Amino acid sequence: MSELLVFSNYSMGFKENNKVVNLIDNVSFAVSKLAAVGIVGESGCGKSMVSLSAMRLLPANAIIQGGEILLNGEDLLAKSENQMQELRGKQISIIFQQPMSSLNPVLDIGFQMQEALTRHFPGTSKTEADETIALELRGVGIHDPAKTMRAYPHQLSGGMCQRVMIAMATICKPSLLIADEPTTALDTTIQAQVLDLMAQLKQKGSILLVTHNLGVVAEICDVVVVMYAGQVVETGKIEDIFKNPQHPYTQGLLASVPTLTTKKSRLHTIQGSVPAIWDFAKGCRFHTRCAMAKSLCENEKPESCQAGSPGHIVACHVYGGYI
Amino acid sequence: MDSIMEVVNLHKQFEIKTGLLTKAKINAVDGVSFNLVAGETLGVVGESGSGKSTLGRTILKLTNADSGKVIYKGEDLVPLTSKQMKRHRSQLQMIFQDPYASLNPRLKVGTSISEPMLANNPSLGRDEAKRSAIELLELVGLSPQMYNLYPHEFSGGQRQRISIARAIAPKPSIIVCDEAVSALDVSVQAQMLNLFNELKEKLSLTYIFIGHDLSVIKYISDRILVMYLGQVVELAPTDAIFGSKMHPYTQALVSAVPEPNATKRQSKRIILEGDIPSPGSVPKGCQFASRCFMKMKMCMEAAPNLTEVEEGHLVRCHHHARLKKAAQDVPNG
Repeated sequence: MSELLVFSNYSMGFKENNKVVNLIDNVSFAVSKLAAVGIVGESGCGKSMVSLSAMRLLPANAIIQGGEILLNGEDLLAKSENQMQELRGKQISIIFQQPMSSLNPVLDIGFQMQEALTRHFPGTSKTEADETIALELRGVGIHDPAKTMRAYPHQLSGGMCQRVMIAMATICKPSLLIADEPTTALDTTIQAQVLDLMAQLKQKGSILLVTHNLGVVAEICDVVVVMYAGQVVETGKIEDIFKNPQHPYTQGLLASVPTLTTKKSRLHTIQGSVPAIWDFAKGCRFHTRCAMAKSLCENEKPESCQAGSPGHIVACHVYGGYI
Repeated sequence: MDSIMEVVNLHKQFEIKTGLLTKAKINAVDGVSFNLVAGETLGVVGESGSGKSTLGRTILKLTNADSGKVIYKGEDLVPLTSKQMKRHRSQLQMIFQDPYASLNPRLKVGTSISEPMLANNPSLGRDEAKRSAIELLELVGLSPQMYNLYPHEFSGGQRQRISIARAIAPKPSIIVCDEAVSALDVSVQAQMLNLFNELKEKLSLTYIFIGHDLSVIKYISDRILVMYLGQVVELAPTDAIFGSKMHPYTQALVSAVPEPNATKRQSKRIILEGDIPSPGSVPKGCQFASRCFMKMKMCMEAAPNLTEVEEGHLVRCHHHARLKKAAQDVPNG
């Protein structure tokens, strides 16, 4: 499979009081064409910053510390702002958690969608644009596009707004859609609708899904990247990660989620809580909460190593056999 | 099975503005009845707007009910004044979703915990209250040194532990937990669910556990109450709900849960059409009919009653006889 988006040894951090605090530490992974990759992790693990980095939409105090982000072999970090604007929406699009606050409340849906289209195809006539928009809205399961195009965001429900966001993000047929917690704010039955829609989108382009919900990842993705405190701890195919997790964090995370098949007994827990960015540990950042940590884990960052099946990569001293 | 609280035909309406001068009434809680059994965890699930939080608040009289009864210790709480309610307050506690918002940022957490003890029992004395507060901190897994810290010095999970310590401080018998673990990270959520179960055993508590995450509700509950637009659509022991999944809405909810495993789902997911209708414009007939995949003509015309399909299992659906049969044919859905 050919690779569409590649993160290679990417690091970034934030500038605070003239000091740089590192968040993302040497992250590498790839999104293949027509594949869905899920980034999972708890709050503060840097998963959203990964998605914003690919869009080059990082906050003003962010500092890129090294590495490359390649889209079709071109380094996004080397592009100018103008070049990025040409890419955003056309090659690479993003949808966020809060669909309501991503839409402009004072403009109707039709106008906002048309703007997304004509930004990249300036010659489009009004009728052509309306037709494309209607088609796109139907494609995301909106039955009455004409009515929706006249509506303002506050007149639509959360699920409808997220459909509109997806339609808007895909109207120029980008090769990559980044979805940052796209269903977290939605009700369970509406989440099911949106997940169904995203599974269909996978036929047309690649998806980078960022979420804390392991179930959502299992539902849509082919490959999972597990992040903890800014580091990738494990990468692998869905089957590798869910059936044969190797990193203590992945194992703990999977065991601590109650599922519909969980039998009534004590849930497995990972001791302690997620560290804040200024409390990241040296060495393996997970060692403070790891039941298997040894002195090496405190001092040295573990190298990534191949685990069993191809593409299954684990960054752990214990797995690597150094201890 | 000893009943500790009985809720009878509870109603709560809210008025909403529909235009400049027009108003409409919406039924947030619409004729809810159930028995709460001592020592159980009753899970309440529903989507946003189903009235699950309003139900929890109305039971504890944080919102006044319009009609109906909440019978606790032989006394109906609904007509009580807030002064009269005071003697029950210590017994009936609540834990909220957002531990950041539910603790006073200017109070030391120790004070937040000892204050409700002193309010309910002024003869206790400050020293004794402090001593108990420290014991409580240890009970919920925090260290005694944390007594003098302020809420901002804690993480989300620790803050929720403090909220729990505060709720159990006046030795309650019933705690309403409104989305108490929803805001927490996955690894921390597991710690809290274990803590809830431990405390229930140690302190013989009864929980009403409100949530939208069916996996969590299933894990923690002995019985589950499913709400849709203010009404109870199904009430059953946990195993019965997941065993036979009677009401079409419950079936859809269960099927909508994304499961974290690599096996592709066997049965096709039930995708409900549309959104939950706004409570202001509730359809005639069965409230769920507009989204139901089993609807028939009669569903649009007459509202179904809550029917006991087997002992302790209530379903609000015209098709309950048919559903039961289907469920028996295919055990465990």
